[in-house]
Amino acid sequence: MKALFALLKDYWGILRRPSVYYSLGFLTLGGFIAGIIFWGGFNTALELTNTEKFCTSCHEMRDNVFVELQDTIHYTNRSGVRASCPDCHVPHEWTHKIARKMQASKEVWGKIFGTINTREKFLDHRRELAEHEWARLKANDSRECRNCHNFQFMDFTRQGKRAAAMHSTSLASGEATCIDCHKGIAHKLPDMSGVKGW
Amino acid sequence: MQFRMLPLFLLAAIGVVLAADIDYPLDAPGPDGRRPGGTLTQSMPAPPIANDENRDLKRERNYPDQPPTIPHSIRGYQLDMNGNKCLSCHSRANSAKSQATAISITHYMDRDGQALAAVSPRRYFCNQCHVVQKEVQPLVGNSFETIDKILQDDANAAQKP
Ligand code: HEC
Ligand code: HEC
Ligand code: HEC
Ligand code: HEC
Ligand code: HEC
Ligand code: HEC
Repeated sequence: MKALFALLKDYWGILRRPSVYYSLGFLTLGGFIAGIIFWGGFNTALELTNTEKFCTSCHEMRDNVFVELQDTIHYTNRSGVRASCPDCHVPHEWTHKIARKMQASKEVWGKIFGTINTREKFLDHRRELAEHEWARLKANDSRECRNCHNFQFMDFTRQGKRAAAMHSTSLASGEATCIDCHKGIAHKLPDMSGVKGW
Repeated sequence: MQFRMLPLFLLAAIGVVLAADIDYPLDAPGPDGRRPGGTLTQSMPAPPIANDENRDLKRERNYPDQPPTIPHSIRGYQLDMNGNKCLSCHSRANSAKSQATAISITHYMDRDGQALAAVSPRRYFCNQCHVVQKEVQPLVGNSFETIDKILQDDANAAQKP
């Protein structure tokens, strides 16, 4: 223990001493390169956690929401374009992404304490979890939906009459956003009693 | 010796008869109409499932009590204990916003004709009675006549000398 302490003290001394051998330029450049490597590694790690494979590595996500997604239009459709979990749940821009990831550390707690580790527990919590997602999408004007579905490029004449009627009025005026009308688009809904519009 | 051979001969004879009769039509041609062509045991490629009609045009009801058919697609609409997507447009409160026909008073009645405050449990599962239509030609003919047609025919018959 003492030896270890002495060793650390030694290193601290080296770190404290101003550099004699290396030029300032070298140090700056070195720091820059190290920074890039670190940054890149960080982002790569971030990318890895931004895949559907990662999300469904937890049985909580795989056995409940993923199986339900498979029946919906966002999993299979005539055009073969599909939405994966992060497309709808993780923001694209970096700052938003980091913010979401910090929030998601709550999920790790949930995993450790097994808050939703059985189907029954999941169903008990479902309304609460869904409320969080609705609140998030409502607050950001359904940004994740709009990443793929751009209102600017919607051709109302090609939409069903009911769709066009709603999109050209409530949506166009900004009175409602996608999630107000399109709840349960990707998963089964929790008990909806008391939810506005249901 | 000869008697002992008899069963063998008989067997051979039966075999010959069976072999000769092999083209007996065990496999009848399939009925026309729903299943055009082929025989009963032949499996034909299934016709593709037609799309749901989504024209948003109400259809005529054949009699006043007929549950109207659904003129729009209902793909992915959740209808279970947790929620009723149909009522998010068709309920009394939501119909003004969605411009969908509000469910009529019969949907609030229990079996004694008492109107309840909310949708009656026996009317909760809408597609028990209301169904979407497919974009296909009818497979079998139908000679149903609406009461209007019958009344009209009667009136016309009376007018004729
Ligand atoms: C470590 C296992 C694990 C992984 C990996 C995981 N989740 Fe979760 N997730 C959970 C748990 C546990 C909860 C419940 C948290 C709670 O109790 O609040 C949860 C909750 C959620 C919620 C509800 C959020 C809320 O605010 O209540 C969403 C949405 C979600 N996960 C999406 C995802 C997506 C998208 C991914 C992939 C990027 C993912 N999860 C990866 C375990 C995981
Ligand atoms: C990764 C891109 C992507 C994202 C993100 C996305 N969608 Fe979609 N969405 C699609 C595709 C692709 C289709 C199917 C198009 C087709 O083939 O008809 C679709 C179809 C739909 C439909 C039509 C359903 C039907 O039955 O016809 C609705 C409604 C919809 N999306 C709403 C949403 C909402 C609400 C969100 C946000 C929570 C969202 N989408 C996020 C790509 C996406
Ligand atoms: C005021 C309610 C409302 C809002 C807000 C709304 N929609 Fe819709 N949307 C509808 C209705 C009603 C339909 C037709 C019925 C259905 O598919 O359930 C529809 C249909 C669709 C369809 C399928 C098109 C078709 O022709 O069937 C897509 C895709 C879609 N919406 C995407 C979106 C997106 C993306 C947003 C947000 C930018 C959005 N909607 C906002 C009410 C709304
Ligand atoms: C098309 C967009 C979309 C996709 C793709 C999608 N989700 Fe969701 N998810 C939502 C919406 C919207 C909600 C809010 C609840 C609702 O309306 O169903 C939600 C809710 C959730 C919840 C909260 C519990 C619940 O059911 O309400 C979890 C957990 C979740 N999603 C995880 C996932 C995972 C894991 C995947 C990938 C297998 C995924 N989602 C794919 C849109 C999506
Ligand atoms: C997004 C709103 C919306 C939803 C959800 C919806 N409908 Fe409709 N429905 C309408 C509208 C609007 C009409 C009027 C005709 C049209 O535009 O399609 C209609 C028409 C009808 C009609 C014909 C009424 C008549 O007088 O002929 C029936 C029946 C019907 N819907 C049943 C259902 C059922 C059953 C469901 C659930 C599986 C459902 N609808 C879900 C909006 C909706
Ligand atoms: C037991 C069968 C049954 C069930 C279940 C049922 N309906 Fe009906 N519905 C009818 C019949 C019969 C009529 C026509 C006569 C009438 O109005 O009662 C009708 C009429 C309607 C009309 C037209 C009303 C009008 O004033 O023209 C709508 C819209 C409708 N139903 C929607 C629904 C919806 C939405 C549900 C689910 C909540 C539902 N129905 C459940 C039998 C049913």
